Formats: sequence, structure tokens, C-alpha cells
Amino acid sequence: MEGGQAITLAALSITLLVGLSRAMILFIVTSGLSFVLGVLRVPNVAHGSLYMIGAFAAHSIATLFGGGSTGFWLAMIFAPLVVALISLVAERLLFCHLYQREHLMLLLFTFALMLILGDLTKIVWGADYRSIMAPTMLQGSISIFGSPFPKYNLFLLVIGPLVAIGLWLFSTKTKMGKIARAAAVDMEMVGAIGINVSWVFAFAFVLGCLLAGLGGALVSPTISVTIGMDHNIIIEAFLIVTIGGLGNMWGAMVGSLIFGITQSFGVLLWPQFAIVFPYLAVVIVLTLKPTGMLKSVW
Amino acid sequence: MFSEMIRQKSFGVSAAIFVVLLIAPSFLPRYYIYFLAVIFVTALLAMSLNLCVGHGMLFQFHHGVFYGVGAYTAGLLLAKTSLPWWIAFIAGPLAAAFAGLLIGIFCIRLNRLYFGMLQISLGSLIWAVAFRWYALTGGDDGIHGIPMPDFISSTTGSYYFVLIVLGICLVLMYLILKSPFGSTLQATRDNPERCAAVGINVRRHQLKTIVIATFFGGVAGVLFVVVEGSIFPDLLFWVLSLEIMIMCLLGGWFTFAGPILGAAIIVSLRTFIGTYTEYWTLILGVILILLIFFIPEGIMGYNYRQLFRSRTQYATESQTE
Repeated sequence: MEGGQAITLAALSITLLVGLSRAMILFIVTSGLSFVLGVLRVPNVAHGSLYMIGAFAAHSIATLFGGGSTGFWLAMIFAPLVVALISLVAERLLFCHLYQREHLMLLLFTFALMLILGDLTKIVWGADYRSIMAPTMLQGSISIFGSPFPKYNLFLLVIGPLVAIGLWLFSTKTKMGKIARAAAVDMEMVGAIGINVSWVFAFAFVLGCLLAGLGGALVSPTISVTIGMDHNIIIEAFLIVTIGGLGNMWGAMVGSLIFGITQSFGVLLWPQFAIVFPYLAVVIVLTLKPTGMLKSVW
Repeated sequence: MFSEMIRQKSFGVSAAIFVVLLIAPSFLPRYYIYFLAVIFVTALLAMSLNLCVGHGMLFQFHHGVFYGVGAYTAGLLLAKTSLPWWIAFIAGPLAAAFAGLLIGIFCIRLNRLYFGMLQISLGSLIWAVAFRWYALTGGDDGIHGIPMPDFISSTTGSYYFVLIVLGICLVLMYLILKSPFGSTLQATRDNPERCAAVGINVRRHQLKTIVIATFFGGVAGVLFVVVEGSIFPDLLFWVLSLEIMIMCLLGGWFTFAGPILGAAIIVSLRTFIGTYTEYWTLILGVILILLIFFIPEGIMGYNYRQLFRSRTQYATESQTE
């Protein structure tokens, strides 16, 4: 247990808050994956690469505008759009011709996309470590029960629920959202009433990837941005959608909370095996409920 | 009659290839011997995956884990204990099959993609443990220079060992697939509802297939240790699993020997392209996209289709007349 902090009220609450803010990043990334899973029924393996590209793009954009607060906010807006553009091109150019194929082929296609995007990222940005400064108003920390808690994580705790509410409003209140949900349940019927299913798919795919890019951009001030961050996030995102219920947005939220909180408490209790705790939580959830916590759309 | 002809022909071809491979060490340079051994190991791994994916249409997304479990079990027993080598070599596949059974019991309750996602999840748990348990597994460095028994410590020795084990495993797999067990498996692939209706316990049958496939995956893992003398967590990583799947796809899902061809092509390309550029995965991605678009049934599948097309067309035409 060496290296663990003394377990006090302050440590517990900080751990909980760190876990929650981690969960918010996970939720933003995973909700995108879950959305694509729900509508297209494809586990998008390239999702992690798009997250990584989001982080790299955020770094480039922030540097382009001088690295200050303006640069940061512009990066948060434009990095996801860059990612969305990449995914739109990939979808319209290649992916849309495969929808009639078996799911295994679709999965392997996204894997090919992951391999290509991973190397392209290396070619464009190189293998160096990069970091982004949070804007001045989000730097430093506030005191919670006498322990410091970074302001940026507080910002994440606000953004995460905002994204969740936005997604919820979008999918229940707007026509496009309703069409996408309908396509998730019965694609043929949606086509039969005269809606271009191919474009619904394109839209869902791009929206999902946009969320991956947003997650990457948002996480970039808290970690060092580097090649290889795609591999870890995609496994975590897969686990989360599996325990949450495939294609269910609130499932993604529940899964992210479970994952983020067990991860940060793992760090508190047993730092060396912190990585194992969330996986164990996943196994426990799946033993009790093999199809995930909430109802899957499948 | 026609398929009988093909069978005889392919038996002749494989016997000829086997003989050539047996005498290969006498005229090939040492590096190529090692290289062939790597292909054999990968080929066995791809073949074992194809038992599930091609012949059973089970979405075995994380087959690499069982390869890794086999390799780690054998490697750790050789490096950390003084047990005789053959115990380590038998324990590897058994541990892999046991892991396959455990993970399979969880996964088999689910269908298709859910099955695959759950398998990736559970497999990643094993990866995470191997990655972090420095005291036992050496963490992300792994363990290198694992001591080997004398007869397989040389390149030629390990080559022959791998070749012979591969040969035995291929014959076993062939027999399994031609047995009633294999036919039932293919029936559950093609029409699970009807199989269930005639009283086949589809899930149990699939679980047995997973255990068999993971056993052979474990054998491949042991052979990896024989060839490389090292173990590291990348063996258990999911990227490898998807690469093996590409090999099956490239060679041909629904053919027996397709995965061998796929493994040989991918390993050769990786080795030779890898000497010119560091962007091998980019090229692999492009190859994969070309495959998906142009020959989704794989190289061997494509050949077979060409071969059969004229005959089957003739047959259907004569029927309709």
C-alpha cells in the first residue's frame, strides 16, 4: 500500500471528484462511440484515433493562436470540427459503400481506419510529447476540505453534464435526433418512409466522431498528448459501452461513472494495480447483468 | 467427384510443401530459417482463430489473449521454476484452453457483436494484469532470454520443433473439421435456428469450439516462446487480435488453409516493408481496405470461387433445362 495517501475525508472527496471529472471525459468520448453503435451497429475501432487527433489538433490550433486563452477556446471549438471533417471524408469516400456488408467487415474497416489514422498522426505531428496550457481562468486550484483540486477538473465537471443534456435534448427533441433513434431501431422502416438512410448514417457517424474529437480536445490540458493514447481510450470506451448497454447514452454515462470512480479509488487504494480496478468492476457488472446496466437499443 | 479431385491435389501440394520445408534448413541462410519459423507460429495462431471465426462464425475478437496466456504460462514456468520443459510446454496450451473456457462461459450467453465486445473487455483484464504485475511478469518490459532445453535452443532446432508441432496441429484441426463435430459446427454457423430445432445444443457446441481453438492458440503461444525466447504484454494486446483476423480475411475465411497463406503474406510484408519504412501499419491499413472492397472472400476463397464457378454454373444450367 506504499505510495497511497492517508485516507481522510479530504482525500476521499478529492478522489471522488477526480474520478468524476475523469468520468466526464470518458462520457464525452464514449457517448460518441455509443451513438455510432446504436445507429450504425458498428463498434468504431477508429474512435480512439479520432480522440487522439482531436488532442493533437487542439494543440496545433492553440499554438497557432499564441497558446493563450483565446487559442485554447478556439482549439476547443475547431479541433472537434477538424475531426468531424476527417470522419465525414472517410465516411462518404469509403465507409458508406460497405453498409450492406457483414458487420465483421465494417468492424475491420474501422480497424483499417485506425491503423491509417494512427500512422498519419505520427507523420503529421511526430512522436513527441506535447502539452497545452489551460486558459488563465482555469489554471490553479481551489481548496476542498483543505486539499487542492484543479480548477480545470471543475470545468470538466460542468462540461460533461452539459454535453449529456445537449445530446439528450438533441435525440429526443429534434427531428434529426428522432430519425437517428428510429434508424437505430428499424433502419428499413426509416428508409421506407422516404428518408435517406445513408445520410442518417453519415450524420450519426460524424456526430459520434465529433464527440471523440471534443473529448480529445478537452483532455489535452490534463495529460501529455502523444502517439499511443488512442489504444488505451478505445478499450476503456468499449468496456464502458458494454457495461452501460450498447447504444444507450445514459448507459454510457453510468458506465463512465463506474469506470472513472473505480479508477481514481484504485489509485488511492493500490496505485500499482489501479488499472485493474475498473476492469474488475466491469467483470462484476457483466457477471450480474451480461447485457449491461441499462437497456441496449439492439 | 470434383471436390475429391481438389482434395487429392491439395494433399499432394501440401505434402510437397512439407518435404521442401523439411529440407529447407540445409540450403537457406539462418535468418530465413528464423523467419519461416515466425511464419509457422503466426500461421498456427491464425488457423486456430479461423476455427472460431471462419468455421463457426463466432466473433472471437480477442484471440490474441489466449496466445499470450499460452506464451506467458510456458515462459514463466521455464524462466521462474525448475520444472522440466515439457511440463511448461503442456501447461501453456492447457492454461490457454482454461482461459478460453472461463471467458467463453461469459461470452457465449451473448450474440455476435456483444460476444466480441465482451471478449475484448475480459481479455483486456488479463492484459492489464500482465502489464502491471511487475514482480511476476516483468510488466511492460516482459521477460527476455528465457532458457530453452538444448534440442531447441538453436535456430534449426527450434525450426524443426515448430514445423513438426505445426504439422501435427494442422492434421488435428483438419480431422476435427472433417469429423461430425466440425460438420455440426459449420451447420451452427449456417443455420443456428435449425440446428437448435434438431436438438443440437448450439451454445455448448460453440463453447467447445472456443476451448479447442484457444488450446491451439495456446500451442502457438508456446511456439512463440520457443522461437523468440521472450514474452511481453503486446502478445495479449487487442491490436494483435485484430491483425490475426486480417490474416484470416486475407487468406480466405471459409477455406481450410487460407489463414496460413494470410499469415505468410502479412508476416513477410511486415518484415520486408518494415526494413524500408516505419509506417508499416499505414500500409497494413491500406491493404485491409483494398481487401474489404475487392476480395472480401480472401485470396484462396477467390481462387476457389473462380474454380467452382464454371462447374456450378454448368450444373444449375443443366438443372433448369
